[in-house]
Formats: sequence, structure tokens, C-alpha cells
Amino acid sequence: MTATMQPKSEAAKAPLRGRRAPGAGEKPRPRSTGLQLGHWWWALPGIVLVIAIHYVATGIGGFFAFTNWTGIGSFKIVGWQNFEAIFKDPTKLGALTNTLFLAFGSVFLGNVGGLIIALGLNRMLKTRYILRTLFFMPVVLSPLATAYVWKYIFDFDGPINVFLTSIGAGDLAKPWLADPQWAIWTVLVVLVWGSTGFAMVIFMAGLAGVPVEVEEAAAIDGANLWQRFRYVTLPAIRPAIAIATTLGIVQGLRVFDPIMALTNGGPAGATETLATQVYKQAFALGNFGGGAALALVLAAIILFFAVIQQRLTRQNPED
Amino acid sequence: MFRYTKLTLLREIGLWVLALTFLAPFYFLVTTALKPDSEMYTTSPLALPKNPDFSNFVAVLTATGNSNVVLGLVNSIIITAGSIVGLIALGSITGYVISRSTRRWSKGAYYLFLIAIILPGQLGAVPLYMGARAMGLTGSAWGLIVLYTGMLLPLSIFLYSNFFRGLGTDYEEAATIDGASRSQIFGKVVLPMMAPATGTVTIFAGLIVWNDFFTSLIFLGGSANQTLPVAMYYYIGSLVSEWNSIFAIVIVSMVPILALFLFAQKRFIQGFSGGLKG
Repeated sequence: MTATMQPKSEAAKAPLRGRRAPGAGEKPRPRSTGLQLGHWWWALPGIVLVIAIHYVATGIGGFFAFTNWTGIGSFKIVGWQNFEAIFKDPTKLGALTNTLFLAFGSVFLGNVGGLIIALGLNRMLKTRYILRTLFFMPVVLSPLATAYVWKYIFDFDGPINVFLTSIGAGDLAKPWLADPQWAIWTVLVVLVWGSTGFAMVIFMAGLAGVPVEVEEAAAIDGANLWQRFRYVTLPAIRPAIAIATTLGIVQGLRVFDPIMALTNGGPAGATETLATQVYKQAFALGNFGGGAALALVLAAIILFFAVIQQRLTRQNPED
Repeated sequence: MFRYTKLTLLREIGLWVLALTFLAPFYFLVTTALKPDSEMYTTSPLALPKNPDFSNFVAVLTATGNSNVVLGLVNSIIITAGSIVGLIALGSITGYVISRSTRRWSKGAYYLFLIAIILPGQLGAVPLYMGARAMGLTGSAWGLIVLYTGMLLPLSIFLYSNFFRGLGTDYEEAATIDGASRSQIFGKVVLPMMAPATGTVTIFAGLIVWNDFFTSLIFLGGSANQTLPVAMYYYIGSLVSEWNSIFAIVIVSMVPILALFLFAQKRFIQGFSGGLKG
């Protein structure tokens, strides 16, 4: 279901200037194609624009992945050389594992957190709409702005370390973002903070579709809280889970802005992701071929997970 | 049978505590931005400002050059508004035709758009940049409006076509019988009915364009026309760690979108949950 709303009845009464039946001057269409609403060529501008900006650009980008082009002048086709370079370069391999870690980590934590909050907010709470608004607030902020706030919080002289010192846990204080071991976890915290509210909203929408009667019936039959969740709620919100995780993974695999603002990929490449590497290779270092090859790897990974998600979703048709 | 009990009250209190902890970053954001330089290094980051003032905001709003925040704000508004107009115009008509057409190609077109949603922009970014540069689209608001419209069109078409699929064809059939032409049907029958889908597209696309950093960084790079995120990025890059000034600019960039959200939060959240269930 889309955001459907009952059409206003005025719409139906919209005045229509009298005209002869449609297609009066055109060749008669075979009846079997049904009612024709709208001319097919209305779709042309949209189709052309999408083909040009998405498919042609992606196709050309894919082609440059097999060249040694620097961005200016001539280039040679080098075959799989750029891809071999990726798998020999520890920074780029690290970017690959970091990307997967951040995408799956943020999807898992963000969805579990979002589901718990949604379950907590579901029904009865008097202030649930205010709470929903509060939890959703981080989602609308730009990832860049969000990242700066967290950069301060994790700063060496920032609130977290000051707090740790004040409760006598001063030896736990560390330069979070400058510590190669902790930086990636810090980034994960920021990503989860920004995505939990989004998952919560999707789960709340899903939970709204679970009939109260079924839950009550299960409760009367003696099912405990966990059993009610496991056998009544969970199957009903499966589509919501599929949507929330698919979007989360696709978004998580592309993560760029927070990294640029938080660590710029550092320390020593510990938080480099595929997206930041693509940007650095192609636009900062003038290695268009190498950047395109990395982007192709990223594209393949995203398509791979998107297809898997589609498969999983299709097995549970809900409509 | 489910009633408001003491346990429910406990749950409510617990969630409030969680929510306030969750929003703690906003506390640091506001208190720090109000601290004058003299207080930055002498007070605890957890403390409230002793003599709050707006000097940081004044400094941010009067900055010039690459980090002209006011110009960035204006550019962001123009680009976001222009892209939304383009996405509504092209998305509604394309989504309508491909969801209503019974021809074979329309299903193919639907999948063409669906796949385009998940194609990662980074792969096309380099060729797109070259093409845009050749056509003179880089460095201008116009160019970015065209680019954003093209990039987000699949999403817009997807939302619109799902909306039209959920909407019966009765009204349009009635209008056909009454003798309305196809453009009359679209303009006078369909257009007024699609407001909910338009709302969702506006929210989704508006938020993505407003917050986007990658595209504007590349396509406006080096020009005097910056969007807000890029202006913010450059400005903060020149500040090192003057957190009070940094937070002043972060707040300036947050206020428009946060104000819009709090004003229209119900629609906003509905747009997100409803638009995705397609």
C-alpha cells in the first residue's frame, strides 16, 4: 500500500468540457489492450533523462574501470589491472571490509533499536506521538551536521571523556576518533544514531497493521510476551523488516558524508570506506580508472545484496 | 484487555529517559554554540554557558568567500525547490503513464526505474561530471537542478506509480465516458487526486537534496555557488577546533529543516512510512 488517501469527492466532479469520445480522430485500438489513459509519449522525457543520467553514465563509468585514464588526455585499456590493484592494496581492501562492517553493523543495531522503541511506543502510551517525533529528529538532520556534533562529543576534551573522568573511569578516556582501533566503532555509533528513528517509523507503521484482537486472543490463551512477539507480531511485520533492512543496507554501503566529516578516512585508513575511496581516487588523486573500478565493485556489492533482499521479500507476499 | 497499568507508566517513563539521552547531542550543540571564546577552554563541556551570547552566530552569518553561509542557504533553497518542481512534474506524468498503460513496454519501463534506484551514484559520478562540464551544467544552480531531477527521478516515479496502482481507475473511466480527452483527464481528474503522493515525493526528495553533500561537492566544486553543506564543510575546515563557531554554523544549517520537520512532523513521518510500503 502506498500513502493512499481517499480522493476528495470534488475531484470527481471536476468540470469537463464536452468533447467527443477519446481517440475519435485516431486509428481504432484493439479492445483487448483495455482502456488507454494517457499518451505513451508522455513518459519519454522521464525515460530519456533516467537512461542518460543513470544508465549511460553508469555504463561509461563501468568502461573506464578497465582503463588507466587519469581524467585528462588519452587512456589505454588495461583489462582487470585496476581490480587486481584493489585486491593488492591494503587500504582499499580495508575500505571494503569497513564498508561491509558499517553497513551491516548499522543495519543490525539500527533495526533492533528501532524495533524495540517501536514496540515500546506501540499503543497505550499517552505521549507516544511526542516520543515518536523526538526519536525521529536525528533522521532529518544532514549526516554532515550530525557528524560534526558527534565529533565534538568524541573529542579528547569532549563530553564523553569528561564524563568518564568525572565518574572515576578516567583511564577509559581516549581520543576515540584518533584511535585506529576505536575510530570505526565511533563511526558506527554515529550511523546508528542517525538511522534508528527511520527504522522505528517503518516498524511503527508495520505494527499498526497487527490486529489487536489476535494479540489479545493469544494473551488470553496464555502466550507470554515473548511468544506473542515471536508468533503473532514478528510474522506480521515481516514486510516492514524487509523494507527497513534493504534501504538500510543500500544506504549503509554508500556511506560517505559522516566519514568525511568525522575522520576523513583516518586514522591511517582505519575508517576508509568504498565511497570515500572512490571520491579520493577519482576526484582528488586524478586516478579515474582506479576510482571507477572501485565504484564498480561497490555497485556489484549493492546489487548483490539488493537482489538477495528482493528474493527474501518475494517469498513472503503480503498483499 | 490491554489497559494502562503501572507497568505502562513505567514503560512511558523509561522511554522518556531513553529519548532524552538519545537527544543529548542537541544539548551540547546549543550550549556550546552560545559560549563565547573565553568560556570555551575554561568551562566543562557539560556545563551551561555562564554568559551566553550570539557572537558566534554573527561571525558565521557574515563570513564571505567559499564559506559564505548565507549564499549557501539561498543556493540550497533554490536548488531544493527547483529539483522538487522538476521531480513532481516529470515523476507524476511518467509514473501515471507507466502504471496506467497496458502496453508491454510499460512493465519494462517500471523495472528500468526500479533498478536505477539501487544503482550507486558513485560509478556514474565521473562520466556524469564530464558530461555536465561539457554542457556547462557544473558550477550553477541550474545544472544541479537538472542533475538532481535526473538522479531522484526513479524514486519519484516509483512512489507515483505505486500510488496510481493503488488508486482505482473509476474516476478516469467516468471522465472518458463524459468525453474528456487524455490531457483533460490528467489535468482535471488525476492531478487533484495525487496530492498525498506529491507530499511524499516532496518530503523524500526535498530532504535528500537539502542534505546532499557528495553531489554538490563535486558539481559545484571550486565555484562561488555553494550549497549549504559544502559551505559548511569548507568553513569548518578552516576553523580547526573552535567548536563554538562550528556549532553555530551547524545550528544555522539545521534550523530550516528542523523547523520544517517540527511544523509538519505528522506528514513527515507519514510520508516516510507510507511512501515506503509500496
